[in-house]
Formats: sequence, C-alpha cells, structure tokens
Amino acid sequence: MPAPLLSLRGMTKAYGPTVANSAIDLDVAAGSIHAILGENGAGKSTLMKLIYGVEAPDAGQVLWNGETVHLHSPGEARRLGIGMVFQHFSLFETLTVAENIALIVPGSIASLSARIRALGQDFGLTVDPLAHVHSLSVGERQRVEIIRCLMTEPRLLILDEPTSVLPPQAVGLLFDTLRRLRDSGVSILFISHKLDEIQSLCDRATILRAGRVTGHVDPRAHDANDLARMMIGREMPPPLHAKAHAVGDVVLELSSLDHTPDDPFAMPLRGVTLRLCSGEIVGIAGVSGNGQAELSRLISGETRLSHARRDDIRLMGQPAAHLNPAQRRGLGLAFVPEDRLGRGAVPEMSLADNSLLTAHPHGLLKRGFIDRKVQAAFTAACIAGFDVRTFGPEAEAASLSGGNLQKFIIGREISLRPRLLFVAQPTWGVDIGAATAIRQRLVQMRNEGVAVLVISEELEELFEICDRLHVLHKGGLSPALDPRTTKADEVGRYMTGTAGAAA
Amino acid sequence: MIRMIRRDRASRPMAVSAPLIALGAAIAFNLILFLAMGKDAGAVFYALLLEPFLSWSGFSEVLLKTGPLLLIAQGLAIGFRAKVFNIGAEGQFILGAICASIIPVYFPQATGGWIWPAMLLLGALGGALWAVVPAFWRVRLNANEILVTLMMSLIAVQVLNYLLLGPWKDPMGFNFPQSVMFQYDAMIPILIPGTRVNVSLLLALLSAVLAWAYMQRSFGGYQFLVGGLAPKAAAYAGFSESRAIWLSLLIGGFAAGLAGAAEVAGPIGQLQRSISTGYGYAAIIVAYLGGLHPIGIVVSALFMAALYIGGDNAMVSADLPVAAVRVFQGSLLVFYLAAITLVRYRVVFGKRGSA
Repeated sequence: MPAPLLSLRGMTKAYGPTVANSAIDLDVAAGSIHAILGENGAGKSTLMKLIYGVEAPDAGQVLWNGETVHLHSPGEARRLGIGMVFQHFSLFETLTVAENIALIVPGSIASLSARIRALGQDFGLTVDPLAHVHSLSVGERQRVEIIRCLMTEPRLLILDEPTSVLPPQAVGLLFDTLRRLRDSGVSILFISHKLDEIQSLCDRATILRAGRVTGHVDPRAHDANDLARMMIGREMPPPLHAKAHAVGDVVLELSSLDHTPDDPFAMPLRGVTLRLCSGEIVGIAGVSGNGQAELSRLISGETRLSHARRDDIRLMGQPAAHLNPAQRRGLGLAFVPEDRLGRGAVPEMSLADNSLLTAHPHGLLKRGFIDRKVQAAFTAACIAGFDVRTFGPEAEAASLSGGNLQKFIIGREISLRPRLLFVAQPTWGVDIGAATAIRQRLVQMRNEGVAVLVISEELEELFEICDRLHVLHKGGLSPALDPRTTKADEVGRYMTGTAGAAA
Repeated sequence: MIRMIRRDRASRPMAVSAPLIALGAAIAFNLILFLAMGKDAGAVFYALLLEPFLSWSGFSEVLLKTGPLLLIAQGLAIGFRAKVFNIGAEGQFILGAICASIIPVYFPQATGGWIWPAMLLLGALGGALWAVVPAFWRVRLNANEILVTLMMSLIAVQVLNYLLLGPWKDPMGFNFPQSVMFQYDAMIPILIPGTRVNVSLLLALLSAVLAWAYMQRSFGGYQFLVGGLAPKAAAYAGFSESRAIWLSLLIGGFAAGLAGAAEVAGPIGQLQRSISTGYGYAAIIVAYLGGLHPIGIVVSALFMAALYIGGDNAMVSADLPVAAVRVFQGSLLVFYLAAITLVRYRVVFGKRGSA
C-alpha cells in the first residue's frame, strides 16, 4: 500500500492553558474525501491551521507522501500543493474579485475573469469577477475563496465548513465538483458538523472531541446517532419543533417595499411584503447576497427612508421607515446583526461597554453619565443568563469565540424585553450546543408572545423553529410557505428562482 | 521580509511607557544630529530639556505655554478619538484671537471687569464658527475635514494679515502691522504674581477635568469612542455620525478659539501677526503624545511647552538653529507613532511566505 498523501503523528498544540489539539494522528489517502467531524471548539480549525502552516505545533510530525516536512508558513504548504478555504475570509474588501485572485494566481485580469466565470459555471459558484468584495455578502465571499483555492490546482484541498452558506442545489453541485476533483486524484479534507453531508460525501471520517481523536470511521457504515455520540459525547439534543398557536397584533408590516441602495453592487429590493404578528416566528431563507443585508438594514433602521415614505415600514402599528435604530428600539425592536464583531459589538471594548451599545436606555445611565454599577450588573446578568463562557464583564468582545459572543449579543437584545426580536444568521459559526440553546431561546420568546423574525441560510434551522417561511431571491420575497407542509426541494426552487409559482 | 503581526492584546504598561521610549529614541536620534552639526550636545540637551525646569522664571514661562497647548489638545483629542481629524486648530486659534480683539480695537476706552471674560467668550465662539465650515461640508458633501480645516487655516492667516495691514492697524504704531495695545481691563488677571502666568491656565486645567469626565464617564463620550472604533456598530446602535462630526469640530474650534483669545488678552496684549508660534499644529503632537487621554495630555502639554522654552534657550545659549528644534519636535511624534504601533503589533523578520 502506498504511503498516504498526508500523515499526522502526535500533533499537539496548546494556547496557554488550553490544549486545542492533543496527540492527534491522521492519515489522508491520495484521492479520498476525508471528513474532520467535531463541534465548534473541538480543535478542527486548529488542526487545519497546523496542516496549512499557519500555526506551528508544540509537538508532532507531518509526513507528506511519506516524507517528513516542516510547514512553517502557508506559502510552503501551498508549494507542496495544499490549498485551504478558511471559515473567516482573507479578502481585500477594496479590490474586485478578480484582483483578489490575481494576488495569488498569476494571469491577466481578463483571463482570470474568464476562468472565474467558467469555474462559477461548473460549480454553481456564480460571482461577478468585477464586483468589489466589500459589496459582496458573506456567502458570495466564501464562493470567491473557494474559487481562488480551486484555481491554484491543489493536491490537497481543505474546506472549513464550506456548505454552511450554500442552498441545497448548490451543495449538490459542490459535492459533484468535489467528487470529480477526488477522481482526478485530489484529496479533500472536509470539515463539518453536518452529519448527513459527511455521510453522503466522505470516504473516511476522523472525529474530534475536546482536542482528541474519538474515532476513525467509515461514515457510510455508521448511522447519524453513532457519529453524533462520538462527536458530542452524548445523544443529540432532540429538535424542538414549534407547535402552532394563536398569534396576536401585527408588529411589523412591510407593504410592497421597493428600495434601491446607494451602493451599485448591493441588491435592490422589489415589492417586499411582509407581516409579522406577536407570538410567531417567521423565517426568511435564501442564499446571502439576494437582498438579506439590505432588508435587514431597512428593518433595523441603519438604512432610513425619507419622511414621505415613513409608512413603507410600520412597527407596532406606527410608521417607522424614517426612524433611526435607537428610535425603533424605543418602539420595541431588538436586532441581532449577522456581523458580530464591528457591528453587533465593538471588538476592542469590554462586554460591559458593549452592553451600553443598545441597553443604555434601560437604567444604565444617570443624568448622561454611565452608571458603572448598573452596567456591570446588567452585563453579569447577560453572561449568567445566556451561559456565555468568559471570565467576566471586563473581557474584550474580540476575545470571545463566535458562539459565545453571539450568545452575549442575543442575551443583551433579549434583555431589552423587545416586542419584536429580529435575528440575522442566529447560528452562523456557532457550535451545536450553543446553536440549540439559541433556537430554544427564540422559540421560548415566541411562546411568551414576542414576534421573532429570523434571516438564515440554514434551512433545517428555519424548518425547525418557524411558523411561516419566506424565501428571498434577487431582492424579491416569495409568498409565505408553511414549513410543516413544504418540502425542502420546493424552498430550494424558490432559492434559485426556478419555482413555477414564484411571484 | 519584514512583517507586522497584530498582538492578541496590547499590554497596558507598554502603552504607558511608549512615550518614554519615544523620548529616549528622539534624544538618541537628535544627539547624532547635533554631533553632526558640530554642536556641544551636552549643552544643547541641558538647555533643551533641563533648563526650563531649573529656575522659577523659566518654569513659569513653561506654564504660560502649557495653557494654550493643553486647551487646544484637549479639544482636538475628543475629535481624534471619534476619528474626526481637525488639523486646522491653528486657524481656529487665529480666529479666536481676532474675535477677542474686537472689543479692545473698537472700544479702547471701555472699562470694567466684564471685558476680558467677554473677550474669551467671543474668541471661543469665533474659533467654533471657523469650524462650522468644515463640519457643514463634511456632513453635507462628505468633504474631507483634514483638507478643509487645513485650508481654513490658510484663510485665517490672510484674514489676520488684512486686518493688521488695513482697518485694525494701530494709527500710532509706526506702520507696524499690529493693533493698538489693549487697555488694562482687556487683559486676563495674573495668576502667579511676578510671572506672566494668568488665569487662563486654570481654564486649561478645567478643560482637562471636563474632558476627562466627558470622555471617560459620560455616555456622550462613549458614543464618540464607538464611532471611532467601529463606525458600523455606532450606526447599528443608532448613534448619529453627523452629530459626532459636528460636536468634534465645534468642541475643537471652541477650545482653540479660547486659547487664541487668551493669548492676545494675556502675554501678548495686542493683535499681531505672530500671535501663534504653531500652537495649533504642536497641539496635534501633544494630543497623540498624551495617548488622546485627558490626563496623558496634561503631561504631554507640559512637556511640549518645556520643549518650546528649552528650544528658545538652546537657540540662544547653544546656538542651535530654529529648524533643529522643529526637527526634535517632529522626530518625537514619529518615534511615538512607531512606538505605539509596536505596542499593538510585533515585527517578525525573516524570509517567510513566498506568495
């Protein structure tokens, strides 16, 4: 048997007292799709950074085609033929897609653009090569990352949770692509916590829990419960299906809202009609870049309309389209944006100071001055009530993991006791445990009579918690769908604009 | 290849010692310069850094210079923390001096204890008025406030020239471009007898206290910080960006105008072409050297004032050209910016990464 393409022996990496990877062994055969399965925080990302040369291991050995190599930098890894698509993107926002790719891949902008279009066509990764990255949504940026990696023709491709932002059809296409790549001799390391994807795609799976390997298995030979138990060390939490119940007053009303953003690359909204009543959860599905960012800014008040159009958005029965976010918050709106760092929270500020961002009208101020005691108590309550893992209110927001920061922000917004809670991408980059807790919280809010609006790319999540479902595609909103009777395929057709009955 | 890697966390002791490291580096750098110029470096540094503190008369002059620097820098630092870059404090200072002079120029016979406070108020309003133009243009037209404030300073100098060469020229002044000498009641009372230090120093210290309370304790100051650190988070919270721009520029203009008024109603006693020796620009250095922190700025203002006095001393006693003093001030800012960058980033040498 030939030596595996990549072997790891005893890889160990610690950050201070936290051991992220402990004596990890791993073999990736040539021409295989190998899954790394584990919760967020299990050490998957650290392991990939070690393989890609971003971090140096404390101990352990890397063998490439049976020979020991020392990977000191991503450049070296790329020279060997290792390519990686990160979960957090490394793109220059002021450059276009093609210019970003030209930084790594030689060639003229014109020829690269043609290759980008061709790759996009083949893999269902459509993106305009001449668009500036800052105008792209999170989902589109990830497509750029994948395309950029594919263009360097790697021998081992590492994909860190690549499917989380793709619609079902595109996931299928991507999987076809990955299988074709495997058949042409490229190995793939596929990081995920989605069991069904791993079972349908991968030949081998290595399961990590708390920095250790808990199993090397053939994922097709085990059922999902087995894999989940190895991954989280206990049974999967049961899904919490929302039971239908009576709804109350209309709290949010958009009536055939048209909006063309100033940014020429942003998606204009056309005839968006949406009604939301207290005591229900309404979900908006769709691939990002189809107007999600624009719609959420319009609802939050970060984009305001003129006074003449104030009735285009009504909150709690009052015209609100002309109000700023603070005024809308005063009416009972709370909003959790999809970007946590830099928008939902100030990275360099402590959690206590981040409480102030939206909770300042709730007794945190005394005659224009900050009441440090109330501020600390409020923050401590958020941390305790929402199981935020941190050393206390003085922790910098940037020092928290994505899931913990998301729990803090959602906790802060729920503590405002809103009548309408609007959450964009509630569980993006959040581990299973935290994601389940967040979904349960949203359902609990709804049962207490709060209206909840969720924009998400995770279809299963929306099916699990929503009373009604819309799909946003190219700036237009589909008619309301009932998640209890609608099939995923039908939602998928709306997501790609191929639904026969599309409005 | 040299790379800059952001540190996980900026260490606080390092942030506090960065100005001292910068001072050390600036001394070393200028030492080489002075030696190359054939000066007695020991005498230069003695005159530059020590002499201002060694005699009461010297130190009182340091205090006198501290006033305007402190006032202007406190005003500017508030805007800088919101990333609103008002670098036209020089022009706002001149406008403050001009507006304060209206009373003694047109009412040279007026008497009463109200005159100097009224002059200070007029001066502060004049400085704020000069900052209205860049604020309005930035908010309405998104015109860069750095350029507009700088150009407004050039205009202010020409307005001053016009007044002193034309309508406001002292008829008994042998055709010198300066106004009449101000009457007694148009002068700010002396604070420390036997020196030129006047009550405006107390105003400057008060500005430090107010700036501290505003920036470190109030919600208004917090909004400035959020706007500077994360503009999207400020928009998400609903803090108005145009409010931050207006307030930043108006506060900066108000403080600089007040400083200008205190200068003509204080040590100078008339309106002249040379009312400012670059206070408006030096205050930018003061603000950054003080880490944009109200207390740090008190220290850095005192230090920069000493450097002014020490520079004068060095020019006289050690025969140092004025340009060398400017180089010392400028190198201090450069080394400080380098030091503060190294607090946040670490430098990695070596050949790594080929892409």
